[in-house]
Amino acid sequence: MGMTDPLKGFGVTLSKMFKTVLTEEYPEVKKIPAPRFHGKHQLNRHPDGLEKCVGCELCAWACPADAIFVEGGTNTEEERYSPGERYGFDYQINYLRCIGCGLCIEACPTRALTMTNEYETADDDRRNLIYTKEDLLAPLLPGMEQPPHGMRLGEDEQDYYVNGPELARRQGVPENTTVETGDEEAVR
Amino acid sequence: MTVASASGNDTAEPRPVPEGHVRLTIDGIEVDAPQGELVIRTAERLGIVIPRFCDHPLLDPAGACRQCLVEVEVNGKPMPKPAASCTLAVSDGMVVRTQRTSRVADKAQQGVMELLLINHPLDCPICDKGGECPLQNQALKHGRADSRFVDQKRTFAKPVSISSQILLDRERCVLCQRCTRFSKQIAGDPFIELLERGALQQIGTGEEQPFQSYFSGNTIQICPVGALTSAAYRFRSRPFDLVSTPGVCEHCSSGCSQRTDWRRGKVMRRLAGEDPEVNEEWNCDKGRFAFRYATAADRFTTPMVRDSESGRLRKSSWTEALRVAAEGLLDARDSGGVGVLPGGRLTREDAYAYGKFARMALRTNDVDHRARPHSPEELDFLGAAVVGTGPERGAVTYADLEAAPTVLCVAFEPEEESPIVFLRLRKAARNGGTRVFHLGQWYSPGVEKTTDVMGAGGPVHSGELLRCLPGEEAVALSELPEEVERGLSEPGAVLVVGERGARIPGLYSAAMRAAERTGARLAWIPRRAGERGAVDAGTLPTLLPGGRPVTDPVVRADLERQWGAEEGTIPGRPGRDLDGILAAAESGELSGLLVGGVDPEDLSDPARADRALRAVDFLVSLELRPTGVTEHADVVLPVAPTVEKSGTFLNWEGRPREFEITIEGTGAVPDCRVLDTLAVEMDVDLFTQTPAAVAGEIERLGPNPGVRPQPPDVSAQAPPRPGPGRALLATWRHLLDNGSLQDEEPHLAGTARPPVARLSAETARQLGVSAPQPVVITTDGGGELTLDSEVVDMPDGVVWVPGNSGESRINRKLGLGHGAVVDIAASSAPPRGGVTDPEDAAGAEVPAGTSEREIPLTAVHERYRTNGHAGHGGPNGNGRADNDGGSRQADGGGA
Ligand code: SF4
Ligand code: SF4
Ligand code: SF4
Ligand code: SF4
Ligand code: FES
Repeated sequence: MGMTDPLKGFGVTLSKMFKTVLTEEYPEVKKIPAPRFHGKHQLNRHPDGLEKCVGCELCAWACPADAIFVEGGTNTEEERYSPGERYGFDYQINYLRCIGCGLCIEACPTRALTMTNEYETADDDRRNLIYTKEDLLAPLLPGMEQPPHGMRLGEDEQDYYVNGPELARRQGVPENTTVETGDEEAVR
Repeated sequence: MTVASASGNDTAEPRPVPEGHVRLTIDGIEVDAPQGELVIRTAERLGIVIPRFCDHPLLDPAGACRQCLVEVEVNGKPMPKPAASCTLAVSDGMVVRTQRTSRVADKAQQGVMELLLINHPLDCPICDKGGECPLQNQALKHGRADSRFVDQKRTFAKPVSISSQILLDRERCVLCQRCTRFSKQIAGDPFIELLERGALQQIGTGEEQPFQSYFSGNTIQICPVGALTSAAYRFRSRPFDLVSTPGVCEHCSSGCSQRTDWRRGKVMRRLAGEDPEVNEEWNCDKGRFAFRYATAADRFTTPMVRDSESGRLRKSSWTEALRVAAEGLLDARDSGGVGVLPGGRLTREDAYAYGKFARMALRTNDVDHRARPHSPEELDFLGAAVVGTGPERGAVTYADLEAAPTVLCVAFEPEEESPIVFLRLRKAARNGGTRVFHLGQWYSPGVEKTTDVMGAGGPVHSGELLRCLPGEEAVALSELPEEVERGLSEPGAVLVVGERGARIPGLYSAAMRAAERTGARLAWIPRRAGERGAVDAGTLPTLLPGGRPVTDPVVRADLERQWGAEEGTIPGRPGRDLDGILAAAESGELSGLLVGGVDPEDLSDPARADRALRAVDFLVSLELRPTGVTEHADVVLPVAPTVEKSGTFLNWEGRPREFEITIEGTGAVPDCRVLDTLAVEMDVDLFTQTPAAVAGEIERLGPNPGVRPQPPDVSAQAPPRPGPGRALLATWRHLLDNGSLQDEEPHLAGTARPPVARLSAETARQLGVSAPQPVVITTDGGGELTLDSEVVDMPDGVVWVPGNSGESRINRKLGLGHGAVVDIAASSAPPRGGVTDPEDAAGAEVPAGTSEREIPLTAVHERYRTNGHAGHGGPNGNGRADNDGGSRQADGGGA
């Protein structure tokens, strides 16, 4: 150890004093993550408010952390939650397990499951970290109505799938955005 | 099979080709194959898998899918084109090259696969078959890596319901015709057919004719794609998410092996297991679909005790319930005695525990599992001809039925009462030239399908219906037509008697005499799965375990010693049968009853059963769900359903069908365990804690060391001749009926046969009825039943009604059975329209959002749409956190 070493050390400290600070002022100032950040999940809706999830359980199967539990239910004409035959009757994601890998949203065949930028999923109680369908469902945007209700936008589920973007336009969702990605959601 | 490697020792003598065999080469391996074997089978034996869709070992070859193409050389000359190995029989000197060694074969297979995938949707992610799909697997193994198909795929409106249970997604079908061939060749219900041609070709039902088959579920299992699904399982779970446990069906005495697929403590579906000796690869729809009763909301989960103050059942602890039950039973035993009614649905082990409990803890022989019409004659018959028999002791087996030159069914309707026996009889009639005769009243579907069979080469007339009056069967059996008598005298002929024989005085005696006279072998086929095992387990008033007669003091003393009981514990007098027990309970002679799985509706006189249950001082019920017994019970002890316990059923052959516990850890306990603990409370040790312990004890006891009881000798009586306005009642039960084990299955119920009263044209004319105008059947006892009528070819002065279907609950409503005289008249009520509307059936839940489902197929063209179907994913543009890029690309060959 040489004589000048302590001085070198102070030199480093001194030079850092004039550089930009990396410290995040969280939670006073919330950081906006990158657009494709893998945050909390969202269960999306069709433009009339019907749910997109068909209860197929593929997300649960894709999940490497076994964080998702799905059980499907059958739609009836009187009680309909999604277009088509089935809907997600019970849907839970356990955020104590989720590693945010996003494999579940890749697996979803109906784009029912996407991820938002919401990253504040921490708590001191296990129960609060198992999100249920109510916690995960996208909020009702203008033009949407809380299911159960009939298929407002087509005769059968094919109309919803094939004409999806077109239906969204008609409901007032701007060009180049979808129900899930519209401005309304960015505010959330 | 002999395999001689091509690189074998050249200097060795060439092996001679065994007789009836040919020698050929497959992929360079020399092999001897029996003449007539199909190339695909021979290759299979060598471990060479040729891809296939339509080929099925139990169906006639069809060559429909062309997936199994191989390159063939016969007599040194190559065949001009690759040939389908599933329709090609081996021949001497043939050289076969499969996809493993031939580029031509491989390319041909890839081409066929590509064509199949052009018309196949990208449904895999939402398809029930995904994960266990031969098309997926073989496409990966034998298909091209990528697709050249860029156009829009065909789509059909989906799904089409073929029955209330079976749904068809037409665009998934690869037109292999397995389902149509199964319905035609195996089940004999040719209702699904190939319709249309070319790209429009599809499977469908003929118009106005629902696919009504008791075996329809098998088509789902053999469909090599996900085109056929059941309303009960469609979209419920994924194959890789299920635990598969082998088991045995608890419904009828056929004894099918099955596979139960379950998860999260709930059975999701059941499939036919493979057992060439019993059910081959098939089962019936009841076995496949009727399992939800076990998860019904009203299932008992805790014991219940009747509250002395409120008079209502209240939940209690096991400790309390067992104490109350033990005290009550001890009191009842010491005052008038206790009768035991175990019911006919138990495993052999559970039945054994009931029998032992009756003798050891209750010191009585008043035990009878026959919760149905029965007779003392039947009791003698079971002791003399049934108990202790089995395949290894020379009893009739399925294989014997198949090989028999002649089979005569008496008081037995195979399709309704033991469906797998029906399938075997059909197979025998179709392939082996077995003559099948039925002694009955009318040309029922089951009779028709076993006597007039469509064989591979054309229609086969394989038997006859011998018409007789109901109740006349015993007389008819002693005066059989010459042809039948001769047929039964041929070696290997079989005479089958059903449990309904108990309703016909003298029938069992006549059957035993006929068997002796002709040399035919005798088989008894009961309806319920537990009946046969209970006979051996000793739950009859005259028989101890293994068929030991209670009247034999030596045998009795020996059993007492083995059971560690005091001398004289087992009474030496035969006990009362079920009717006797109920009569004694009603009159107050018996003070207590211990009742297992008995539904009063099944008994010959449900009203009397109700009175008896009410009259008795103390009633203990071991049940799964509420029945007519529950409302009178003082203590209710919950027991495990079949999936939650292990045990053994004996099927009608006497073959042990063991099964292990499927769903563990539910806390449900089998009857034998409950009885063991109850006995301990009464200071008696049964040693029946577990089914395994009981099975060990049954094994140790062995068969009856004494002599067999004497056969019955009851003389046959001609039935009375009813006057005008009266008729003889003929009846048996449908396979799918009001039985409580079929609860909670509306889709299955929708495929049940509608209840109608059947009469001859002459009887209908005399009554002034024109079908389907309803008839009203009344009895002297005040019973009344109104049913739509149908005219069939049957003896005059007879009316047939189903035993327990819909309204037609004849035990309750008429209090009379087969062979009784009833009054019959035309009813002024309008016909109800016999066909059960599947959508109405008990509020069947029907997949919604499929408004096209009811369209007749003729209208299908207009529905034929090619409006693209973009990979089923929601084409909603791009999400932020979502990579919709290439991963879900709509790609013709991606399946
Ligand atoms: S993001 Fe990954 S870990 Fe989280 S639920 Fe989805 S698949 Fe599972
Ligand atoms: S979120 Fe998507 S993948 Fe998950 S069950 Fe629903 S539809 Fe299926
Ligand atoms: S290949 Fe066809 S039948 Fe098989 S899983 Fe995929 S969609 Fe279903
Ligand atoms: S429905 Fe299935 S079994 Fe029937 S022809 Fe089509 S693919 Fe074959
Ligand atoms: S399996 Fe040979 S043609 Fe189908």
